[in-house]
Amino acid sequence: MLSKKNLSFTSSFANNRLDFSLAGEINLYTLVSFEKELESKLRNGSELFLNLDDITSIDTAGAIYINKLEQTFTEKQLAFSLTCKNEQVISTLKTIHVLHLDLEEFVYKQPSFIEKLGEDAVLRMKKFVEFLSFFGQISYGFFYLFKHLRSLRYKEIFFEINENAIKAFGIVALTSFLVGVVMAYQSSVQLKIYGANIFIVDMLGISIFRELAPLLTAIVIAGRSGSSFTAQIGAMKITEELDAMRTMGFDPIVFLVIPRIIALMLMMPLLIFVSDVTGLLGGMLVANLDLGISTSLFLDRLNEVVAAKHFFVGIAKGPFFAFLIASIGIFRGMLVKDDTQSIGINTTKSVVESIFAVIVCDAVFSIIFTNLGI
Amino acid sequence: MKKIIDVKDLYTQFGANVVHAGLNFHINEGEIYGILGPSGCGKSTVLREMVMLQAVSGGSIEIFGRDVANISYDDAQELRKNWGVLFQGGALFSSLTLYENIALPLQEYTKLDKNLISEIVAYKIDIVGLKPKDAYLYPSQISGGMKKKAALARALSLDPKLLFLDEPTSGLDPISAREFDKLILKLRDLLGLTVVMVSHDLKSIYDTLDRAAIIDNKVIVAQGKLDDIISMDNQFIQTFFKADI
Repeated sequence: MLSKKNLSFTSSFANNRLDFSLAGEINLYTLVSFEKELESKLRNGSELFLNLDDITSIDTAGAIYINKLEQTFTEKQLAFSLTCKNEQVISTLKTIHVLHLDLEEFVYKQPSFIEKLGEDAVLRMKKFVEFLSFFGQISYGFFYLFKHLRSLRYKEIFFEINENAIKAFGIVALTSFLVGVVMAYQSSVQLKIYGANIFIVDMLGISIFRELAPLLTAIVIAGRSGSSFTAQIGAMKITEELDAMRTMGFDPIVFLVIPRIIALMLMMPLLIFVSDVTGLLGGMLVANLDLGISTSLFLDRLNEVVAAKHFFVGIAKGPFFAFLIASIGIFRGMLVKDDTQSIGINTTKSVVESIFAVIVCDAVFSIIFTNLGI
Repeated sequence: MKKIIDVKDLYTQFGANVVHAGLNFHINEGEIYGILGPSGCGKSTVLREMVMLQAVSGGSIEIFGRDVANISYDDAQELRKNWGVLFQGGALFSSLTLYENIALPLQEYTKLDKNLISEIVAYKIDIVGLKPKDAYLYPSQISGGMKKKAALARALSLDPKLLFLDEPTSGLDPISAREFDKLILKLRDLLGLTVVMVSHDLKSIYDTLDRAAIIDNKVIVAQGKLDDIISMDNQFIQTFFKADI
């Protein structure tokens, strides 16, 4: 009953006519050998007589091939004939024969370069407009919740704070500590040459407070929380949970989006603070071991030369970065379509785009603060 | 008549929960056989056991004369090429177009050249009632009914003799569901298929099935021709078939 792979051929050539007999089964697996054998025996311009009397079964692929043979022979105006005794084989051949498929319709038309370029441009434009509309929805959600403070989802907010900030303290602290160590270690070599050991404090203080700690925290959080927002919301979209929520009157913006954004915005300054502290600790350790600057000297100097504004500038960037990371992560989650690839693509894009957005935002801040003289 | 599938003393157990306590039935060549029963009776489990997605706890299932509970890897692969399975949600590969979905088994398992494969795919798309222009759409771009048809075309791509259908009409509107029933009947006659199906759809059951088995309370409470089953005295059968339709 299983399809077998036995098919044998005999053929004879006489009077410009090929007599080709087959015995066994014609199916997907034996078809190739049939095709090859026939091609090797067939001479240009010869007629064909197929003897299928000993064929026990044929599948649709075999029937399609024989039908195609007949068509090519008729096109070349060469005689083609076949004989067959098996009723089942005949009926399969007939079902294919009555079918006149227009294969032209099956040809896939490759779009031209210009077409693709235009399509791509329109798609990007649409995505941007969609993001603006999403931004509008969030803003509306915030205003709405401002008026109805009771419908703010406190429980969700605390849950997200725990998931995305408290559980991230460890990794943020560790990365910052290591970056502090590396920064101090690399610059100590240069500073030693000039005997300017004490300036390590100025350098580390300003760079960590202003730039390194906020950026580092943002990158860790984008990789950690941005990606998880996209995957969570994307999966909810695929399982139609988002639609179910909407029909039940649970606005996803209020229930899912805003708690995540608020949680990250509240906690980002704290995370940056942790990063500040551990980054400096790393620097202090190297300064002590490598440059002979004692901890108390380091702290005194820090107090003296690094103004508090540097610290506050760094902390103030936190909520902005948090907003970018959370909103891009969630927006990408909402863009997930009904297929499995889409989650992967959107998660990747969400992380890349949020890190990029954070860096652009940081550059803008840097211009603004410099012009303001802060 | 030749037995294609022979289930003997099938026993299934999940932890302490016994799902089947000795099922016996067989399916003949060329018939459309239904496995029916109330929710949770293990209909889909039987189907999954037949196609080797689920191990049996005891007894045997012979398909084309081979016991799937005790089969070598190569034999299992051979068997898999001889049947097609239609999953409830279609389970089309979402990263491939319909055309690629249907062509995939042909590309993997045969040495046919591209042109012939595209003709075979064109034929399968035509036979399940899809349009040529649908061939280059992705599964996420088509409706539920089209997904089922495309999944059926994929199940048929290797010209199997045996077709397993898991709730083929669920999630379809009545018109599409009736169309699908007709399609199954047409394909059975055209390609000489044997069809095993799990269904809840009463209309579809009346229209397509030749014979059926009803699983209730871990055992088969009735099997045979539908007319004989309906007259049986069993609570599930009475409520299921006597419901006003």
